[in-house]
Amino acid sequence: MDFGFCLSPSSHVKMDSVDLTTFNRLKETNPDVNTCIACGSCTATCTAGNFTEMSFRRILLMLQRGKEEEAKKMIQRCMLCGKCTLVCPRVSTFVRFC
Amino acid sequence: MNNNIFHPFVLPFVLGMAFVLTYCVVGLIRVIWQLPKEDRKQFLISLVTPKTIWANIRDLFGDCLFHVKIWKRNPLLGYMHSSIAFGWFMIIVIGHVMLFTLKPLEGVEVEGFARSFTNFYYPIFYKHFATETPVFAFLMDFFLLMIISGILIAVVKKIYSKIVGVKRVTKFGFADNMVRFALWTIFPFRLIAEKSNIMAFWWLYSIDLMIFMCMLPFTRYMHIPTEALFILLRHAGLKAREPRKGFALAQLYSCPSCGLCIDACPMSVNDQKSGNTSAYFMKILRNGDTAEAQRIAETCLMCGKCVLVCPVSIESCDIKFSQRAAVPYEIHSDHSYLDVISTEAERSGDPSGARAFTFGEKISTKPKTLYFAGCMTQLTPKIMRSMKQIMETAGENYDFLDKDGGVCCGRPMILSGKPAEAQAMIAKNTELIKQSGATKLVLSCPICYKVFKEEYHLEGIEILHHTQYIDELVKTGKLKVGKGEVNYVYHDPCELGRAFGVYDEPREVIENVGNLVKAKSEKVESICCGGSLGSFRLTQQERDEITQNSVDDLMFNKPDEIVTACPLCLKTFSKKSPVAVKDIAEVVVENLQANN
Repeated sequence: MDFGFCLSPSSHVKMDSVDLTTFNRLKETNPDVNTCIACGSCTATCTAGNFTEMSFRRILLMLQRGKEEEAKKMIQRCMLCGKCTLVCPRVSTFVRFC
Repeated sequence: MNNNIFHPFVLPFVLGMAFVLTYCVVGLIRVIWQLPKEDRKQFLISLVTPKTIWANIRDLFGDCLFHVKIWKRNPLLGYMHSSIAFGWFMIIVIGHVMLFTLKPLEGVEVEGFARSFTNFYYPIFYKHFATETPVFAFLMDFFLLMIISGILIAVVKKIYSKIVGVKRVTKFGFADNMVRFALWTIFPFRLIAEKSNIMAFWWLYSIDLMIFMCMLPFTRYMHIPTEALFILLRHAGLKAREPRKGFALAQLYSCPSCGLCIDACPMSVNDQKSGNTSAYFMKILRNGDTAEAQRIAETCLMCGKCVLVCPVSIESCDIKFSQRAAVPYEIHSDHSYLDVISTEAERSGDPSGARAFTFGEKISTKPKTLYFAGCMTQLTPKIMRSMKQIMETAGENYDFLDKDGGVCCGRPMILSGKPAEAQAMIAKNTELIKQSGATKLVLSCPICYKVFKEEYHLEGIEILHHTQYIDELVKTGKLKVGKGEVNYVYHDPCELGRAFGVYDEPREVIENVGNLVKAKSEKVESICCGGSLGSFRLTQQERDEITQNSVDDLMFNKPDEIVTACPLCLKTFSKKSPVAVKDIAEVVVENLQANN
């Protein structure tokens, strides 16, 4: 929705034109992402999240919205410490994806 | 041509021998050529360093010839291997020694060039061409029978492997099976040929030798010549850098696919998963199937048990690391935020809106002992609380490095095959630790302990795992503990026990606070909890099987509680254990004496 003015940049996503190639590839290699309930435990415990805006929940969301570039930028901050997999109530295994 | 000089049946052997010698020389040059320049220099220097010369001689005899490690594993298995390998070696040596004493059958001496040519095959077929003094003849027969006794055990082992204490054996393809069959029949054929002098058996014997030698480079039997080179390279202190080059290549060819690692591997609790073990990994990588090798490398828990049970001491984990690193990541990690957010001012300027690095201030109090809990301990706060109580009770001057969350130690990055990208975290932690002015660094997590010990340069700072630290406090009398009546079993975390041999300190601590009972598999043999960060590919179900197996092993003597020294093991076991699982620090706190 564009009224010609806004307080923050528009986060409007046109779902019709979203490119889900990456997300679908992720679903293939890591079927566990299908079970995500977006509880945010991963973000709360994240070691990198203590210093940055790093949030695994948002990375999954970004990929579902086709915001691949943002997701890639955020995932660079990951320290791979594995805390997120331990606190996750649903997803348990991450296979190397990228 | 004179019958005591030459007979066409020697030709298959001569051809096979010429081929295998050429292959080995070319392979040797290739391995040394592929070594990085500094590694090659290090290797050549090690060949003339007295200390490594001694180690080389010791292991060349101990491992290649007498197979001490296999004897230690199982005496019958040791005899099986030694009788064949050592017996064959002795036949070759004695055969060459007695060249000087052979008496030609028809009294015709061979001279000059012909003599040196016949020397090539005379020791192998001597009974056809010459007679021997009784002493040598007896020795040759003795060792030949010794080999045949070993082959008999090998045949029984093929049918019933438990006779040599091995539950699962490696499954082989056509080439390996064929060479094995050739090896088994070489010596009976030789015995029959020598005793009966029937031409057909001399031919069979020679053709068997040819099959064995021509196929040798393409099968597991290549370990026979390669192991010697591998021992020299290993003692030079080299590390595998690329999965199929140089040192790693020597290791791939040194793997005898004996399969001792299959029983050892925590993954083979499920028979279908035993294809993920090092024996198969090495075979698959040697055959060049890098995609499958990559899959196994990423599945491995990196517990390191296969390395320690390996009779050849192959560093399969290092090769798996190099295989992981060989497939580049699309996304490169960027931890530059660790540099810019150390102060409030810089933090506010960071577009990502980083939160405070809260331990900066505390560190300036110059503590003597610094406690780094690590990511995993952050998830098990009871360990942190117990450690705090222990350090306070002991009256230690301490501080927390990561009370409100710290920087990851870097080990998970290294495990993922990104050693270079772990450096940002290593540098940040090093900077913070050095700032603190501490002389002692205590870690609760063996994962951190390994990387701090191996990758960090913290000169003048003693790095201790909390089991060692508590043991020290108890021994120096700073911490007084009472002995309870509880029966504890101790689980050795992979990265503390197998990696650094810290087996005794935790056990001594537990003996001070209660009764220590034994697990079924202890110390080197301890089974990974299944929670290891090392694996990316195991599903939760597969991990659960491993955990259950490990718990069953620990519950062997029916302890009241399981004690471990790793927060990750603690979390993993808690899900499956029928009894309470505690960290060693908790157990100590429970048994602290009131008059401390």
